[in-house]
Amino acid sequence: MERIKTIETRNLCESAKNGGCGECQTSCQSACKTSCGVANQECENNK
Amino acid sequence: MVHQYQLNGYNIVLDTCSGAVHVVDEVAYDMIALYSTTPREEIVAAMLQKYADRADVTREELAACYEDIETLKNDKKLFTEDTYADLAFDFKNKNEVVKALCLHVAHTCNLNCSYCFASQGKYQGDRALMSFEVGKQALDFLIAHSGTRTNLEVDFFGGEPLMNWDVVKQLVAYAREQEPIHHKKFRFTLTTNGVLIDDDVIEFANKEMHNVVLSLDGRKEVHDRLRVNYAGEGSYDTIVPKFKKLVESRGGKGYYMRGTFTHANVDFTNDIFHMADMGFTELSMEPVVCAPEDPYALTEQDLPELFRQYELLATEMLKRKKEGHGFTFYHYMIDLTHGPCIYKRISGCGSGTEYMAVTPWGELYPCHQFVGDEKYSMGNIWDGVTNTAVRDEFKQCNAYARPECKDCWAKLYCSGGCAANAYHATGSITGIYEYGCELFKKRMECAIMMKVAESEV
Repeated sequence: MERIKTIETRNLCESAKNGGCGECQTSCQSACKTSCGVANQECENNK
Repeated sequence: MVHQYQLNGYNIVLDTCSGAVHVVDEVAYDMIALYSTTPREEIVAAMLQKYADRADVTREELAACYEDIETLKNDKKLFTEDTYADLAFDFKNKNEVVKALCLHVAHTCNLNCSYCFASQGKYQGDRALMSFEVGKQALDFLIAHSGTRTNLEVDFFGGEPLMNWDVVKQLVAYAREQEPIHHKKFRFTLTTNGVLIDDDVIEFANKEMHNVVLSLDGRKEVHDRLRVNYAGEGSYDTIVPKFKKLVESRGGKGYYMRGTFTHANVDFTNDIFHMADMGFTELSMEPVVCAPEDPYALTEQDLPELFRQYELLATEMLKRKKEGHGFTFYHYMIDLTHGPCIYKRISGCGSGTEYMAVTPWGELYPCHQFVGDEKYSMGNIWDGVTNTAVRDEFKQCNAYARPECKDCWAKLYCSGGCAANAYHATGSITGIYEYGCELFKKRMECAIMMKVAESEV
């Protein structure tokens, strides 16, 4: 594509099929403790 | 749902529901903006008019770009429909596993920081230390309620957990004994103000703690303004050498220097850079959580400068990385290829369901920020969750729980935001802390821009 470059990302729709194992870190458990974000967590099964 | 923004010279298009990220030229940027509302021929005409002086903008070129947009749409990488709402409520309702506890091993502190959400560690209650017996029962409770989860997380929190260090060590030893028996793996975090760090703490923490969170607000004058002892003396000179020693001997294990910024230092990037210049590389800096009438509360007038600061931070981080002395900022850590699945993104932080806080007396609360608020007392580590109404309320807390989030592009990055922030701002855990949303969205825009920039290297 000339004008559009797509960055490689995890396909969220696909992850609905085999995700949800729950082994990932609880969002607030690392460094924030006063706000919530989930995007910066790492997947334990997709390393 | 699509979000478009321009930052640091990039035109970025996010497709919220697929997670796709596109970097586009200005023509495609404009065409995508019009795609949902405007017929094809009108878009082409508008582009021919706007870019009349551009040789590369021809009818044929525009037709090709339009087809690229359609291809991405058909491939579910652009304008992907939002089909996750039912999934969010179903998934969380089914799940009663507990996988993380915040152990309040000390409701007391050796610092007297005026902005402390835990009111100097007391959480609006009495000073207390957790006994080994209570802590052991908390670990047993966690194991018993963790279902098939292997990884269990325990944060030693306070107040100041080093004021109850022997109990922390005993609890770690107990948990390690239990791991092979129950096929579990404990990941411990220690959150400390650093005052009591000594060689014993360093050795033990570096052996046993998966992560160490070290509270430092940045520049000495900023840190010492609020992080003072009971004599009113700043703690910077006491703790910085200890933090340096701990981090230097950590051998690559996880840690964060974690600061709080307030209305008094809206130029907080200078505090982050100060920590980076001291050699710390894993950095976190959080906006203060406090009542709006507090003198150090962030204001509406601070917002434009805070946005500028976040942008400045992102560009400086890119520059330093290129120069070979980069650092990590917690809120800009985003792994586009190996990040969380959709279930994680719609479920929220897990407070009140898979994550709870335990007081020194063994009471359970939805998270550390609710401790001391009797309405949110959930039960205790002996009887389990007895106030199931609170748990049910938290089960409903997900990326689709708030009407305000319905059309927000960031909902699958924040998962609806922090329940405690929402509660303190609106009186409801399914309310919206708008100020926090604004900062969060800016951080995500910056984090994704950095990924785009790095993809070009």
